[in-house]
Amino acid sequence: MTAETLLERITDYASRPDPYPLYAELREAGPVVRQTDGSYLVGTYHEIVGLLHDPRLSADPRNRTTPAPAASEETQHLPFLRLDDPEHHRLRTLAMRPFGPPHSPGRVDAMRGEITRFTGELVDGLRGRDHVDIVDDLAYPLPVTVICRLLGVPREDEPRFREWTDLLVASADISPGEDTAARAEAGREARMQMGAYLLGLAEQRRGRPTGDMLSDFVNEPDPQLRLTGEELAMTAILLLIAGHETTVNLITNGVLTLLRHPDKLERLRREPELLPETVEELLRYEPPVHLRERIPLADVEIAGTVIPKGTSVILALASGSRDPLRFQDPERFDPARKDNEHFGFGSGIHLCYGAPLARIEAQAALGALLPGLGTATLLQDPPPYRRNAMLRGPRHLLVGF
Amino acid sequence: MSGDLKEGRIVVVGASLAGLRAAEALREKGFTGSLTVVGDEPHPPYDRPPLSKHVLLGNASAYSTGLPMRRDPEAEWRLGVRATGLDPVGKRVLLGDGSSLPFDRLLIATGTRARPWPVPEEAALDGVFTLRTSDDAARLAERLSAGPRRVLVIGAGFTGSEIASVCRERGLEVTVTERGPAPLVGALGGTLSKLAAAMQRAHGVDLRCGVTVTSLRGNGRFTGADLSDGTRVDADVCVVAMGAVRNVEWLADSGLAADPRGIACDAGCRAFDMYGIVTDDVFVAGDVSRFPHPLYEYQLLSLEHWRNAVDQAEVAAHNMISPGPLRRPHLSVPTFWSSQFGYNIKSVGVPTFSDEVVIAQGSLEARRLVMVYGYRGRVTAAVTVNMAKSLDYYERLIESAAPFPPPPGAADRRAAAEVPLPSDVPDPSRLSHGPTVALTGYLPDRRLVLAKPTG
Repeated sequence: MTAETLLERITDYASRPDPYPLYAELREAGPVVRQTDGSYLVGTYHEIVGLLHDPRLSADPRNRTTPAPAASEETQHLPFLRLDDPEHHRLRTLAMRPFGPPHSPGRVDAMRGEITRFTGELVDGLRGRDHVDIVDDLAYPLPVTVICRLLGVPREDEPRFREWTDLLVASADISPGEDTAARAEAGREARMQMGAYLLGLAEQRRGRPTGDMLSDFVNEPDPQLRLTGEELAMTAILLLIAGHETTVNLITNGVLTLLRHPDKLERLRREPELLPETVEELLRYEPPVHLRERIPLADVEIAGTVIPKGTSVILALASGSRDPLRFQDPERFDPARKDNEHFGFGSGIHLCYGAPLARIEAQAALGALLPGLGTATLLQDPPPYRRNAMLRGPRHLLVGF
Repeated sequence: MSGDLKEGRIVVVGASLAGLRAAEALREKGFTGSLTVVGDEPHPPYDRPPLSKHVLLGNASAYSTGLPMRRDPEAEWRLGVRATGLDPVGKRVLLGDGSSLPFDRLLIATGTRARPWPVPEEAALDGVFTLRTSDDAARLAERLSAGPRRVLVIGAGFTGSEIASVCRERGLEVTVTERGPAPLVGALGGTLSKLAAAMQRAHGVDLRCGVTVTSLRGNGRFTGADLSDGTRVDADVCVVAMGAVRNVEWLADSGLAADPRGIACDAGCRAFDMYGIVTDDVFVAGDVSRFPHPLYEYQLLSLEHWRNAVDQAEVAAHNMISPGPLRRPHLSVPTFWSSQFGYNIKSVGVPTFSDEVVIAQGSLEARRLVMVYGYRGRVTAAVTVNMAKSLDYYERLIESAAPFPPPPGAADRRAAAEVPLPSDVPDPSRLSHGPTVALTGYLPDRRLVLAKPTG
């Protein structure tokens, strides 16, 4: 096997439990490794930072010519995550108005109490059981409840948007060599339905605000600051999906990693004030987002390789966060690590919008579980993983008490 | 003699950002000897950038900006005491209270003070202020809270512009005078200074450029000022924001290469003496230093930047207690930030070291842009307005001496970016305010050339 097939091997489902040896191979072969489908793969920290901050690298998939996009791939209406400045900046700023500083500096912080309460209720419900599924019993319900409250989506509609979410996330996955046309088509259909659903919810709140973000979006008095229907739909879909899909993995990976490192778990149980640093190290060591794609808008030279305009560049963020040229002893899970500037939330202008919320949720969930984890054991290691290579995490995590 | 020093006596003169960070770093790196920090202000180390922003706005008390300590430096703090001299042979720092401190290694981090209004009787009028210390900020904030009818700010550098911004945010009328053609022109050059002027005027500042203040009027209390264009400004408060003066007078007889531009040191923060010979035991960090920078042709650079004080103090501390081959150079790229009139301005590199500029991303109309500065075909600096996340990329271009103008391709780059404009940086001597970045030539001992014979 050669480095030219690394992307296929990384995205191969069999690699899901432990892609890290492949990342080591990638860094060894790198920094920039051309793949058989014409795309480039980058797995070293400094090159990834350089590309994430390079304004000539586009996040917009419509700029891709190599590999050729599937005929049915989405050609219009993208969320700001996949747009470039100045459009990205305009939409992200509008989306930020009801969520964070400078216009809503206290919003996320004000949810702390509520998040702690939800978490406490979920964890209380686990009492007395001899085994639980961390995913279904905590890591999934918590962020879903939180993002529903924040956006203004009825919690009981979860089965509906879960189906759309699964289709949309699958359509955005990176899977070289596979025929993606059918998946893209299903994704487009799901996007339309989910958009219509969220727009409907927003419309119900027009003139009758209910203290959530959909209400804020639809009742914005300044026409300059109002999202169009299409923009509101795309933004709401993005926030709803990104608001829970990644956090599920962060919490689950957190429990898995702590149970695999009993000494670190023991220390954290004694000193729970180390939780914030522990979550940062989890974001480096077992991040929810492994791969991102960028497309150069001009021929771009990186570490001696010229990547032609329009060619897909896959950034292996999870590999960069384990680059020994950047992190001392990177394969070691070390919650006391200093200078931990990981890629857990990306870097550059697309730096995770919801990072402050994800941090609070992960800290709350792990904090609430800590007292019970002392005697916990993993019933299945490695656990079964979800299909997705880009957003990597266990499908279930069975823990015995 | 080994350069390694883990015990012994270290004296740090200067108890602000550089002094504190150096003291912490010394302990961090294993120095176990005696450590004394001397500061002429009575307050423990505090942060100055908030003074011209949150403190003047009334959002924070002037005495609430204490610098957090990364660790207890276990130092003896001699606060409220001024250093008055240095005996380099006897290796002692002389203090204002008549005592002296012996040292094995000395770090000079005495920083700068505000340049006072040059006419002492006028400067002494009630209502005339400068802004450098927390005491200054407390007095000025109190006066702004009292609701003066008009504030006069002399000098439209960063400090003056930030003060004007605060005044407008508080709903106060403000007049700004600047001898140069526009605000911030000395730091950012012609194009961005026009944006700065437009943003001041759009926020209701009475901006007067190309004029100087010829006298401050008042009878005990400040009542107004006469300008060189024959006009007069009536105001209750005057803030003199004409830049900084380096605190080097106490070193006049020390034999060090200390002059109004600062104390010359090598890349390892070791001070030069007046003959251009590097000293073994005297180190310099922060605003008071001049140090050679490879990105700027090894000219000695004077920076009044927060980040530089931190970085240089850490390098100085490391080198003070490390043997020669383990010493490190201070190479970090200069950076600074300012917030004014709702704009976030960040800079990397030395914008004044330039002959041309391009707007590489964004636009003046959008009030959101990256201005890239070039000198003889390489990138030497970048300034972002409301685009701080874009700065890292340009820092890499500066560090790698990338060709200017930077290559095209950014989604938000306009066609105009392909045509560089003159950077239009004026001679600092033509401005009301002193520069916060200055290239001060190659020779540490140039003071010998400049010195006047004394009787």
